[in-house]
Amino acid sequence: MIEVRNLQKSFGRRAVLQDVSFDVAAGEVACLIGPSGSGKSTILRCINGLESHDGGSITVDGVPVTPQSLPTIRASVGMVFQRFNLFPHRTVLQNLIEGPVHVLNQPVADASGRAMALLAKVGMTDHSGAYPRQLSGGQQQRVGIARALAMEPRAILLDEPTSALDPERVGEVLKVMRDLAEGGMTMIIVTHEIAFAREVADKIFFVDGGVIAEQGPAADLLSNPRAERTRLFLSRVRHPL
Amino acid sequence: MEAFLADAAQFLPVLLRGLGMTLLLTSGALIVSILLGLIWVLMGYSRFALLRWISRAIINVIRGIPIIVQLFCIYFVLPEWGIDLPPFAAGVLGLGLAYSVYQAENFRGGLSSVDKDLVEAGTALGMRWSVLMRRVVLPLGIPAALPSLGNTTIMLLKDSSIASTITIAELTRAGQLLAISTFKNGTVYLLIALLYLAASLPMAAGVRWLERRFARR
Repeated sequence: MIEVRNLQKSFGRRAVLQDVSFDVAAGEVACLIGPSGSGKSTILRCINGLESHDGGSITVDGVPVTPQSLPTIRASVGMVFQRFNLFPHRTVLQNLIEGPVHVLNQPVADASGRAMALLAKVGMTDHSGAYPRQLSGGQQQRVGIARALAMEPRAILLDEPTSALDPERVGEVLKVMRDLAEGGMTMIIVTHEIAFAREVADKIFFVDGGVIAEQGPAADLLSNPRAERTRLFLSRVRHPL
Repeated sequence: MEAFLADAAQFLPVLLRGLGMTLLLTSGALIVSILLGLIWVLMGYSRFALLRWISRAIINVIRGIPIIVQLFCIYFVLPEWGIDLPPFAAGVLGLGLAYSVYQAENFRGGLSSVDKDLVEAGTALGMRWSVLMRRVVLPLGIPAALPSLGNTTIMLLKDSSIASTITIAELTRAGQLLAISTFKNGTVYLLIALLYLAASLPMAAGVRWLERRFARR
């Protein structure tokens, strides 16, 4: 469903992505892991056009990502941010219906009904009238996921969704993501939660230095990493001291 | 003191009428300056380089010419080109135009304080530029610009006295005429100063209230 071919991206003279290729099929969960600055987030941001790419191609459901196709792409691919990026001047419910009402032109009543169902799904029904600043990080991120889902996307991209959370809040967000995976949502997740990736991901891409150094089924790659740098990275993540 | 009070009682009705005109002029110019300022700043945020360039050029040119010269251009020069505006309209337009560049800078300050991450969130939802501005950037950026907008309004109130030079009978001009005909310069200009203060102090309080309100968000 999402096909990335020979993707290249530079910021100025610095090549961030050298030659990245991978496929994610409908219903699959793919996790991108790897050291900071390796280009994981940039890959996600290229898929929905928050960054333009310099070379190679990306297609979503057969539609190539170009400046002209961005409205189509963004309507079918949702995004969840590390720092939640909820609209601070709107309530939880208003955050959810913002896209459906003002991008997809749905009637407010219809969008609100669907939004309340989504809030129930992420356990935030009681907070529909709250403003983001009144919520904990974990609650904000659950709203962030619900906001992406409110657009009824074919896939969602999650950029380190638990990295900005207090440790005791990580679980509630992972649970929502696990439910989504079980519901068959196509997801690409940039994450440092290796245990979560092993449990939920169908595939794992290990990104290092702007290339995919190794890819494979989750259990396989995590248990028997073939590349030396994958092994090194995994041992550092598992044994930080 | 008694003489001052007697004179004041005699002059005040005329000066209050002048103050009324000053407030009317300030309000009109404020509206014009805000509307034009918004246009300049939105052009400045356009994705078309030409519009951004025009916005920059307008701001630099208008900011570089004294307000009194701009007023003279509109009131004395435009008629030569067949555009003959009555004094009040010329005053509102001239002051509004002159102040629009300061308002644009105020708005720019407010809009640039909007978190880029929120713009990205809107973009990722598929918002077009106009929707992004209307739903995200303006609702967050304009409140952030309000305190400096309030300051500019107080400056505009005082600078509206420049319109006295194109025959508008606002507070300063009304006072000048009184002073010339009565020779009581001290009394008249003291009253004028007090009346400007009486109008601007509540505005200053309003600005402080806006600042506190905004700081709470």
